[in-house]
Amino acid sequence: MAEIEIYKKSPAEFDLGQRRARRSMRSQVIMFSLMIFLTLTSFMIVTASNAEVIGFSKYYVIPVIMLFAAVQVGLQLYYFMHMQEKGHGIAAMFMFTGALLAFLIVLTFVTIVWWN
Amino acid sequence: MSSVAQKKGFGSWLWDWLTTVDHKKIGILYLLGGGFFFVLGGIEAMIIRIQLAVPNSDLISAGLFNQIITMHGTTMIFLAAMPILFGFMNAIMPLQIGARDVAFPFLNSLGLWMFIFGGLFLNISWFMGQAPDAGWTSYASLAITSEGHGVDFYAIGLQIAGGGSLIAGINFLVTIINMRAPGMTYMRMPLFTWTTFIASAMILFAFPPLTIGLFFLTFDRMFGANFFDHAMGGNTIIWEHIFWIFGHPEVYILILPAFGIFSEIFSIFSRKRLFGYTSMVFATVLIGFLGFMVWAHHMFTVGLGPTANAIFAVATMAIAVPTGVKIFNWLLTMWGGSIKVTTPMLYAIGFIPSFVMGGVTGVMQGAAPLDYQLHDTYFIVAHFHYVIVGGTVLGILAATHLYWPKMFGTMLNETLGKVTFWFFFIGFHMTFLIQHWLGFWGMPRRVFTYMDGQGWNSANLISSVGAVFMAIGVIVLLYNIIMTSVKNVPVANDPWGDGRTLEWAIQSPPLYYNFTQTPLVRGLDSVWIEKQEGNESGITPAVPVQDIHMPHGSIIPIFMTLGMFIAGFGAMFREETSWGLPLLVFGLAWTFVCMAIRSLKDDLGYYVPKEEILEDMKRERGRK
Amino acid sequence: MDLNKKFTPETWPDNPETATFEAKNKFVGFWLFLGGETILFATLFATYLALKNKGPANLEFSTQELYELPLVFVMTMLLLTSSLTSVYAMYHLRNYNFKKMQLWLGITAFLGLGFLILEVYEFYHYVQLGFVYSNSAFSSAFYTLVGTHGFHVAIGLVWITLLIFRNAKRGLNLYNATKYYTFSLYWHFIDVVWVFIFTVVYLMGKVG
Repeated sequence: MAEIEIYKKSPAEFDLGQRRARRSMRSQVIMFSLMIFLTLTSFMIVTASNAEVIGFSKYYVIPVIMLFAAVQVGLQLYYFMHMQEKGHGIAAMFMFTGALLAFLIVLTFVTIVWWN
Repeated sequence: MSSVAQKKGFGSWLWDWLTTVDHKKIGILYLLGGGFFFVLGGIEAMIIRIQLAVPNSDLISAGLFNQIITMHGTTMIFLAAMPILFGFMNAIMPLQIGARDVAFPFLNSLGLWMFIFGGLFLNISWFMGQAPDAGWTSYASLAITSEGHGVDFYAIGLQIAGGGSLIAGINFLVTIINMRAPGMTYMRMPLFTWTTFIASAMILFAFPPLTIGLFFLTFDRMFGANFFDHAMGGNTIIWEHIFWIFGHPEVYILILPAFGIFSEIFSIFSRKRLFGYTSMVFATVLIGFLGFMVWAHHMFTVGLGPTANAIFAVATMAIAVPTGVKIFNWLLTMWGGSIKVTTPMLYAIGFIPSFVMGGVTGVMQGAAPLDYQLHDTYFIVAHFHYVIVGGTVLGILAATHLYWPKMFGTMLNETLGKVTFWFFFIGFHMTFLIQHWLGFWGMPRRVFTYMDGQGWNSANLISSVGAVFMAIGVIVLLYNIIMTSVKNVPVANDPWGDGRTLEWAIQSPPLYYNFTQTPLVRGLDSVWIEKQEGNESGITPAVPVQDIHMPHGSIIPIFMTLGMFIAGFGAMFREETSWGLPLLVFGLAWTFVCMAIRSLKDDLGYYVPKEEILEDMKRERGRK
Repeated sequence: MDLNKKFTPETWPDNPETATFEAKNKFVGFWLFLGGETILFATLFATYLALKNKGPANLEFSTQELYELPLVFVMTMLLLTSSLTSVYAMYHLRNYNFKKMQLWLGITAFLGLGFLILEVYEFYHYVQLGFVYSNSAFSSAFYTLVGTHGFHVAIGLVWITLLIFRNAKRGLNLYNATKYYTFSLYWHFIDVVWVFIFTVVYLMGKVG
């Protein structure tokens, strides 16, 4: 564990940091409520589809809940896991490569595993 | 800990090696372990060739033959080729980027011991009645019905060794991302470092599917799951997909580091900057990326349908483009260079035609309609031996000669090295070239014998004689290693005289902290640049001499791995014995306790005092 | 580095999780590990999708009849909320407020435990119905996918419990800040996987 230089922030800097942290925390909470909203909506439209409410066919419901899932994951990554901050370039590169390959694997398994 | 030769007992010497987290020592251990399994796999290959030398041979039974081919493939790929490459990556890559160690020294040691225990686990099967016998691919329908514990040894042994590979991959990636010396930008990294980087990234993405596939196989065989049992709704093709999603990137994981080694060799011994460095890097990245898009070309005859076959055929052929770029770059590096034909250079020159032949037959199989003809014949055997032996193994042998002085501080005998090369090279072509025709003539792979009068006799005999040549080559190499180790003539920093990258500017073998001062890198081939500008040491320091922070050794990795090893036996004998289940639980608990100890005990490392470094520098100057 | 060195909120670095050299390595290494985990779960998801509702000829279970959305909804809420509490913990980590960080992490662990108990209950319930692991390809794929996720949750719980108790007396320093931070990354990743599980396994299973 290498030594690091200790830097004491001036009161003004410290205040700015605190304000920024609070603002970022506020946006986290907003994103959380958005995630809750998306989850609720997903469960509700699936329930509606199960109750055979007109308009909620599975060709509409499945793409929508998949989209909501993707948005939620984006929010988790960029807000909760701080990927929007700087210094996350490598992390983003490997996560996106992983996501692309993940998509390919799933695509294969839902298309050509049962070929006949 | 000091580099000063100390009088140490055998016990403390052994303890030092078992607990080491020094990347150079771990590299040597990888080399030893991988070398041992390479010889083992070679012996298995010899038995195969002796059995097939004549028709109607009954030297070994069909069942034993299946076990031997399975273990030959598995051993050579997972326990020989990969670990030996890991050995060179460990020993050389941190030196090339000017680092003191790898990013995670503890995990490095853990990865090593997982490989060793996984390899032992696999090979203990020989003494437990049955070795794996479903082929190195262990296709599910065959593997789940294979009797005895053979395939269980395969699944669990590879699980342990594969975990080690994943750890090694992450470790190398972070080392290259975070620990490059000042000035060592990505586009100034030596090609071996680049290929290590890409191969490690491929390990990161390719090994998790193998982990899952092996779990499926384990659960199907031992815990009543039904992933691959069609009567229960399972699907045996899933195994093939998962295996090749891992397996195809795996062959690029094997070949890319060899490409890196050859790039270094061409550049050093042509005494020229590598031609088209940027396109080399780009081609490496592209090969790595495309390597994930082509796995189904191993499954053309499964019946995926013309659309899927066409897509994967086109993607497969696309890989020939970046590979071709590399071949031409190597040729043009030699063009107009002042070439010195040393042993490593001999291997490099031999590699180009050999690998191109393997590549061309690969494109042939990439054409799906032709693959229907070639599938499961000796043509396939010829092809993959041409790429793996002609590429990876030649690369490993070349690196052995090239980096031996850097790793061990003494030079392998050049004459014996060339003898090894010629025996191995001629033997290799003799063994495998003729197998292309055997394939055309219809000889299927994985048969334990064949009938007389099909026109295959003389071709098989030639192939077997070639194998003997290769064996002689390897024996000469072993003799060479023993003789040079006994003589142990020390060598200077740059024994080849034309080193271009940072590892050639420090002692052979390097001090345990590698660089007395972190170097400043001012361009590609930084040592070459410094020497051209009259700086004889080859290094411009980036910092003054100061205390160096180093990690502590640890015995925990061995114990952690031992827990997995024990748990493996427990899982295997869970049903037929009363002690199986407790052993499984005990082994896992043991591993978790080790992990908890590691997590709870602070390990902050220690400092090498400045005085010791100054002392080492003074002694180094005195030697000159 | 001296672990006894006490920081103040003014001297505590902005990004304590990557303040030291070792911490940077751990940070990048853990992200890469998560990249690998993505593929691991993708393989499990792919297998589940290929094998769902597949079984012997007279398979009596199907996604539509088996799953119960209310339970899954409660589990989802627990895990999502635990994600937010872990964000709060990281907020206090960066503010050098050790007590509040430990408190929020404790809440995170409790929510995670609640999730795990519900999942065990769910599995137990299915087993009671006869939907055992070796019932069919469907059951094997289901339990392996959801169980692997559950196993990750369990590992996370052990991890955070050890961290909380190990550091309770000595407070925050730059050595354990990274450990807390990587735990939080891990915990969010578990949540990411769960988002796909409740969508792909349960919701899509109900839709058909």
